[in-house]
Amino acid sequence: MSYSVDFGLVLAEPYGDWIVKGLVTTLKISAVSIVFSLALGTIVAVFRLSRVRPLVWFSLAFTEFFRNTPLLVQIFFWYFGSHAVLPDFVNQWLYKQDFEFAAGVIALTVYTSAFIAEEIRSGVFAIPKTQLEASRACGLSFLQAMGYVILPQAFRIVIPPLISQFLNLIKNSSLVMTIGVMDLTYMARQIEAHTFHGFEAFTVATGIYLAISLIVSYTINLYNTRVLRIVAR
Amino acid sequence: MHWNVIVNNFGYFLVGAYPNGPLGGLAMSILLALGGIFGAFWLGLVIGLMRISKSRSARYFALVYTEIIRGTPLLMVIFWFYFLAPIAFGHSLPEAESALIALIVFTSAYIAEIVRAGIQSLPKGQTEAARGTGLTRFQAMRYVILPQALFNMIPSFVNQFVSLTKDTSLAFIIGVNELTKAATQVNNRTLNAPTEIFLTIAVLYFIICYVLTALSRRLEKRINRYQARNR
Repeated sequence: MSYSVDFGLVLAEPYGDWIVKGLVTTLKISAVSIVFSLALGTIVAVFRLSRVRPLVWFSLAFTEFFRNTPLLVQIFFWYFGSHAVLPDFVNQWLYKQDFEFAAGVIALTVYTSAFIAEEIRSGVFAIPKTQLEASRACGLSFLQAMGYVILPQAFRIVIPPLISQFLNLIKNSSLVMTIGVMDLTYMARQIEAHTFHGFEAFTVATGIYLAISLIVSYTINLYNTRVLRIVAR
Repeated sequence: MHWNVIVNNFGYFLVGAYPNGPLGGLAMSILLALGGIFGAFWLGLVIGLMRISKSRSARYFALVYTEIIRGTPLLMVIFWFYFLAPIAFGHSLPEAESALIALIVFTSAYIAEIVRAGIQSLPKGQTEAARGTGLTRFQAMRYVILPQALFNMIPSFVNQFVSLTKDTSLAFIIGVNELTKAATQVNNRTLNAPTEIFLTIAVLYFIICYVLTALSRRLEKRINRYQARNR
């Protein structure tokens, strides 16, 4: 069997457009999930740090369960099985949206927020306890102390690990192709199916993922060397 | 709720159609993970040592290897090996084999980083002392550095094994008969219990991964205590 490598084919009409559309979908689902998972992750982390027993238990169960099960299974769970665990009006609303996209966002959000909660928790632990005690002594409530004193400092420490979690999320978003979200991986697979030129399609898609990763990790390094040095000083 | 679907198919989730048919289900997932970590350990060890070797070309090769693999989604790596094997070898590989190779290649990049960090975290005096007693560079690495470094890396390896166990679920996408595939098969056949099915297999994965995570935490504590005593 002879195979002629032809990148022109993959980049020409209509396949070039497919790649661009896939990339846009990947970036869109990643961006939405990043925003939600940062919010949910912060909430879960604050639960863990609160002194309220049930909240601590909830947060522990949440992080342990979602970190120790495969993302793919979680995606299937939200896609096929969410109707049984979500309230009816939420389901009705979800079905009116692009349901594949929504299920993908929920799965990516919940999965990543468990990791983000752990990163934030360890960031908060890195802040000396006296900071909290001092701010409580000044008359701030627990939430005020968290919001104005602890979290702003902790976020500065956890930004690099958070960004690498976001990077993981972008890579993990390739799994949503299994439920039919037309992301970059889905499109590469589609081009392979149409043209049998899988080599070129996967090379282009891999190159795009790689470019995103390298740009982001370069930014983290820059942040680590510049900002963290200033903070240390 | 239709929990009877779970009860009826629980054996299928655990071992597939074995012994009357091919092995599948959770047993296949564990097999893939064990094979994967075994292969990835040796490949990762070699790449990790190349990363800190004296030869510049070996160093660059290892750097490019780890950066490319760690910057690519696992699903892409799996597709690469699955769809490109026919082009490279002229015949297609069976699904389980090509998934296993992809898992090994993918995980080895992460293992290589663990190995590199583990070796570099040992005090430099260890190498210098070993070299000073007349060992060659290879002997110093083999008898002095690696035994200590690998011991310290055990918790990281266990964590990597947990990730790998979760990652084996991706083998389903190219059609390997493992736990996730078993779940989708039963789901497609019964159609009335998706929530129960995916919850059950999530719990099955969770049990394995959580036990290992807890083990790794205990090991880490014990290793830290051991090191503190020797200091």
